[in-house]
Amino acid sequence: MSWCEYPGYLFGSEVFQNYGCRMASGLWVTFELVVISVAIGFVLALGLAIARLYGPRWAKAAINGYTTFFRGTPLLCQLFLVYYGLGQFRLFWQDVGLWWFFREPFYCALLTFTVNTAAYQAEILRGAIQSIPRGQFEGAMALGLHRWSTLRLVIMPQAMILALRPLGNELIVMIKASAIASLVTLFDLMGATRLAFARSFDLTIYLYAALIYLLLVEVIRRVWDRLELRLTRHMALR
Amino acid sequence: MKGFVRLIAAAVLTAAGATGVLAQAKEWKEIRIGTEGAYPPFNNLNAKKELEGFEIDYANMLCEKMKVKCTWVVQDWDGIIPALLANKYDIIIAGMNATDERKKQVDFTAVYTKTPIWAISAKSAGSDISPAALKGKAIGTQGSTIHANFLEKFYKDSTIRLYPTQEEANLDLANGRLDYIIADSLSLEDFLNGKGKDCCKKAADVPRDATIHGPGTAGAVRKADVELKAMWDKAIAESIADGSHKKIQDKWFKFPIL
Repeated sequence: MSWCEYPGYLFGSEVFQNYGCRMASGLWVTFELVVISVAIGFVLALGLAIARLYGPRWAKAAINGYTTFFRGTPLLCQLFLVYYGLGQFRLFWQDVGLWWFFREPFYCALLTFTVNTAAYQAEILRGAIQSIPRGQFEGAMALGLHRWSTLRLVIMPQAMILALRPLGNELIVMIKASAIASLVTLFDLMGATRLAFARSFDLTIYLYAALIYLLLVEVIRRVWDRLELRLTRHMALR
Repeated sequence: MKGFVRLIAAAVLTAAGATGVLAQAKEWKEIRIGTEGAYPPFNNLNAKKELEGFEIDYANMLCEKMKVKCTWVVQDWDGIIPALLANKYDIIIAGMNATDERKKQVDFTAVYTKTPIWAISAKSAGSDISPAALKGKAIGTQGSTIHANFLEKFYKDSTIRLYPTQEEANLDLANGRLDYIIADSLSLEDFLNGKGKDCCKKAADVPRDATIHGPGTAGAVRKADVELKAMWDKAIAESIADGSHKKIQDKWFKFPIL
């Protein structure tokens, strides 16, 4: 018996045992999708939030439009637009040498999730930066700090404390939202579950899938508690 | 905590309701028919959100024969058997092949169509569809179908893509993401004559595998509804004998489908 069959065996669930290995590889796909898209999204969001606050007027307007669009439309709609919509221009993508990217459902899902989460994270970071009192900026200026140094050394450490919880929420939302990747033929955790259900007609497999998602979210919650302790260690009561 | 217990209870009840439907002898005056509505030319929701297709006409004709009132329920393919078991409707008429695997869950009526299975591809692709020739190629079909089972059993070295509906698989063949589609010839022919006219062609016939593909398409009923199955068996046999099956077949297809 391979390792991925054990959980089902321990729970005494035949269907969970039979499809345990598919669920495990599905969990890995979900993990890859979410971790990569949220990580790249975070880097993008940092730039977007800063440009949104301090950039030229055209950049502010463009980023505003970007976040409004991606926060205001369903993720499923965006995924279909990328996967089926952009997928229709095969000749163009082949000409520019990008067809290998748009051919793969995994990359399409990754792209959609990244630009979507970047929009949400940018708004979170913008709000966090804006809520730092003006005095902090003025103090840094009085000390003669450069604008970038102010941002990096004074503002961001404080803003990240405020942004941490909402960013954790965003990560959790992405884990659950990534289930729609199964609609573009990806066998993520949800896709594997749907396949198992279609074969076995055993509804309990959805219960096990729900438990796995729950477990993931609980792990993140604990990691986030640790992160918060670390970021606020200078404020902790001793 | 209370909410959580209630949630678990609801989940367990749903599971129980799906498997154990009370058996009762009953006289059928009204029959609710479940179909997918995304599988032309068998059953399809047209632009006006009306059901149309061979199976719609055929089942309506059978209902007249049986002197019962029939209503249609549209249900996604993935949930089509569970919804039958959960008593959302009484029979499935949705181009469903009567396979051994499904017989564990439901009973099938007499077979009313038996259609060839095709592989279709881009115009430039070859017509050798043996698993060795398709190694590393992307093959698509609708998920939870016999064709999906067929692909997973025989085409282990190919990339298999499973779609929620056949239409999405067709779209991806036209987009060039898929190299081949293996599915029922009739729904594929519709596509090849329509949207797929410029991109795609029939590549080959796919030999029927007795254990996976089953004898043909039939209506699916709950195992407890013995009278219902008998009614439909009789009506289907009559319709084939008196030519009314052929009449509707000729309206929708250019060649025999039984």
